[in-house]
Amino acid sequence: MEKPINQRAWLMVLPVLLLVAFSAIIPLMTVVNYSVQDIFGPNERYFVGTEWFQEVLHNHRIRAALWRQFLFSGLVLLIELPLGVLIALAMPKKGWTVSVCLVILALPLLIPWNVIGTIWIIFTRPDIGLMGHTLQELGLRFDHTASPLDAWITLMLMEVWHWTPLVALLAYAGLKAIPDAYYQAARIDGASRLAVFRYIQLPKMRGVLTIAILLRFMDSFLIYAEPFVLTGGGPGNSTTFLSIYLVKIAVGQFDLGPAAAFSIIYFLIILLFSWIFYQVLQNVGRGEQA
Amino acid sequence: MARIDLEGIAHSYLENPSTAHDYALKELNHTWDDGGAYALLGPSGCGKTTLLNIISGLITPTRGRVLFDGEDVTELATERRNIAQVFQFPVIYDTMTVFENLAFPLKNRGVGAGDIDTRVREIAAMLELEDALGRRARGLTADAKQKISLGRGLVRADVNAILFDEPLTVIDPHLKWQLRSQLKQLHRQFDFTMVYVTHDQTEALTFADKVVVMFEGEVVQIGTPEELFERPVHTFVGYFIGSPGMNVLPCQVKGNRAIIETHEVVLNRTYPDLGQARIEFGARPEFIAFCDDEFGHPVVVNRIEDVGRQKIARVALGAEELKIVLAEDADISDENARIVFDPDRVNIYADGYLVEGEPTSALGGA
Amino acid sequence: MTLELRNVSKIVGQETHINSVSIALDDGSLNVLLGPTLAGKTSLMRLMAGLDAPTSGTVIENGHDVTGLPVQKRNVAMVYQQFINYPNLTVYENIASPLKVMGRPKEEIKQKVGEAVELLKLGDMLDRTPLELSGGQQQRTALARALVKGSDLVLLDEPLANLDYKLREELRDELPKLFGASGAILIYATTEPMEALLLGGNTATLHEGCITQFGPTVEVFRKPNSLITAQTFSDPPMNLVEMEKKNNAFQLRGDLSLPAQGRHAALADARYIAAFRPNHLLLQRSNENQLAAPAKVVVSEITGSESFVHVDVLGKRWVALAHGIHEYDAGQAIDVYLDAAHFFVFTPQGDLAVAPDPAGAG
Repeated sequence: MEKPINQRAWLMVLPVLLLVAFSAIIPLMTVVNYSVQDIFGPNERYFVGTEWFQEVLHNHRIRAALWRQFLFSGLVLLIELPLGVLIALAMPKKGWTVSVCLVILALPLLIPWNVIGTIWIIFTRPDIGLMGHTLQELGLRFDHTASPLDAWITLMLMEVWHWTPLVALLAYAGLKAIPDAYYQAARIDGASRLAVFRYIQLPKMRGVLTIAILLRFMDSFLIYAEPFVLTGGGPGNSTTFLSIYLVKIAVGQFDLGPAAAFSIIYFLIILLFSWIFYQVLQNVGRGEQA
Repeated sequence: MARIDLEGIAHSYLENPSTAHDYALKELNHTWDDGGAYALLGPSGCGKTTLLNIISGLITPTRGRVLFDGEDVTELATERRNIAQVFQFPVIYDTMTVFENLAFPLKNRGVGAGDIDTRVREIAAMLELEDALGRRARGLTADAKQKISLGRGLVRADVNAILFDEPLTVIDPHLKWQLRSQLKQLHRQFDFTMVYVTHDQTEALTFADKVVVMFEGEVVQIGTPEELFERPVHTFVGYFIGSPGMNVLPCQVKGNRAIIETHEVVLNRTYPDLGQARIEFGARPEFIAFCDDEFGHPVVVNRIEDVGRQKIARVALGAEELKIVLAEDADISDENARIVFDPDRVNIYADGYLVEGEPTSALGGA
Repeated sequence: MTLELRNVSKIVGQETHINSVSIALDDGSLNVLLGPTLAGKTSLMRLMAGLDAPTSGTVIENGHDVTGLPVQKRNVAMVYQQFINYPNLTVYENIASPLKVMGRPKEEIKQKVGEAVELLKLGDMLDRTPLELSGGQQQRTALARALVKGSDLVLLDEPLANLDYKLREELRDELPKLFGASGAILIYATTEPMEALLLGGNTATLHEGCITQFGPTVEVFRKPNSLITAQTFSDPPMNLVEMEKKNNAFQLRGDLSLPAQGRHAALADARYIAAFRPNHLLLQRSNENQLAAPAKVVVSEITGSESFVHVDVLGKRWVALAHGIHEYDAGQAIDVYLDAAHFFVFTPQGDLAVAPDPAGAG
């Protein structure tokens, strides 16, 4: 009785397997294929072994892009998490204002990446942008096309404006799930506002905050559209992140071999972090149940 | 510990209450004596939790004053009232150990580390939590967590009152017995003023010296468990206290005789003419007995339920069904039987309220 | 229909939730699953319903193997401790929902819902949504939905646990009648021994994923096959005492001894554990076979009609349940009376050696 059921189950999974094969495995294998060959033409290809990988690993520009990437993702987390939690804490708990706040928070999330870039380019322009003009009036020079610092500030502003609401929404959901009795008990125990945050709100938000960290890290690690729209990776190489550099190698210089090797390393880094976060998340879930 | 006075307390959740119906808690005057154990008993929505929240300061009443030892605390915030509360679901601080949980209220009040240590160990010993002190509170069982919630109240030497909001809801029956008696013991030992909210009559009756029975925002009766059981002032109390509840039958009363359909029951109290009121006869299942006497009232036995330590007989007296509690080894095999009511424990109600009759001296006439 | 589980186990990760359970349930029977939290009541119900597939063992319905058959393909209804209804549907739509899913004609739906509403006294609530109802009414709605479905197997998982005490009494009275007429197998999970007794039918006691005993409720109560079953099926908890049978008497600690008469006379001389219910620990002597044991009162709880006197005796904590009001001070020394006629005698391993004569004191 059991066996035919099991075999039928395999049959049902087949379409998904095919889909995954076409969407992920086959393209990935092509990339692997490129990464170990030097291709000059349709019939002219040589096996080069790990040469491209070595080249990529020793390429100081790629290394610089990698550190830049970590710095960017780290800053994103450092700013967005506390800010998101603060916003969530400040939000009303009931009444009509809740929906208003939620809609306002959700707005940036609905805007496509490239539009965000355009909005902020205009916003920071000294001639027609509100921020750029105001800064100029105040006598401050702000130019993201010339100053690396200004470019980073603009990027961070974009990123924070775009994605902090997501963190805030997650944190808000976590806060809403805390039963009232906890707050009442804390008041009775004479706990300060800070103690309530430290011993009730933060532990109860652990699950959602882990998800927020995971999502924000992965997403910021893959950032492409914003710096591309803003400066195309400049000024100089100051906002050339991994994805931007990868596209430069692959599309700009048409170095398919190194680009493929680079892609695979990039992919492995992402995979590694996904796995770490997945493990952490699993443990958090277990902790909550106990 | 403190005496708590409620002066003309009433509460409505509406902005501008007008009719009595708008009030979740109707006007109430009551004093909780210092060191007393009280229970607020009633079905959900009867206003018992509202009353508890008024005492704890989570709700400011629409009208009236709350006094702790004569001092007006009506407007005082919860944290400044020096009360402790145990909630329906155990509230513990997940990231702390049991020790840290118990120490938390003292730490917040700036008590020295040495004093905290002594006090926490003392309370942990009382609650039989010593062995768990170093453990994370999160992994403990529901009853241990509930003890921690209680312990956080007990550690504070200056607590005015300890409030309980259905604290045994999530506890298994066997552990309920332990926790309940432990609580009673603690009360006997330390004389805390305790107020306990529940819908479970066994918990209320066993815990409290005085039980406050509430129904639809009103206090129906305040009394000792014995008073509530023997002389319920309202048919609701008769129904709500006791399991199964009191049998309530429509009747007519003439002097010292109650007439249920065609059956005449002689009472040992004489009642005045009750006019047009709806008259009811209340007899607890425990105070009705089967008898072989020919003067007993003939009934038809519909069903006998064996509930372990006793049996419950459902009998028909004319068109009315009665429940009778029998001993565990009682043997009623005949479908037709006769019953007698304990005349000392029959109560007469007019429009739901107990009528106090005059004790009959010798031979009362009809 | 009939339902049978044969050596069914459920293992999740390292944990055994259900350990080799075998049970056969008759057509139209009422069955109570009794056990403390985490004993496996819900896990077992999920296996019976087909919500989970067992790790090993077989589930048989009407003689057909249905192991692994998903719940959608079985005719099962389930009611939970939480009041689960569709929040945006009215009471009428909630009750009608299973029939609509089955594609029944409108007339039939109307009639069936009408019957269920009548039985569960929901007539005035039909146009309300669940959030406008009290807890009792919400659970009645969930029960009505299970009723109209006309399932062969109805699983009720602590359905009254979140309701008021008095409301529980009422609904508990109605439940067996409601589903009894439908001929379905009714399975009712509870942590409360009193609830099992009030429902009657059959009871299976659960302990750590095993069924320790299954049989007519009163029989399990009167003749538990093991100490574990006896403890699971007692509220207040059983009083326990170790003893040794010697010279036709039970020797207890402190040179106390009781005559071993009647059913107990035939017991071999050995060590035993005696268990007896709190209503058989007496505060006053009622016959000369009873043994007076010196006790220290811990606390006495008084309900108005009964007293629960917690005492320390022979190094054990016992409870005496007596009619009337018996108030003692904490620490007061009193005598309590034991009657061996009420002893359940277990071997030190916890197997039943002799149960007392249900006819009462000998």
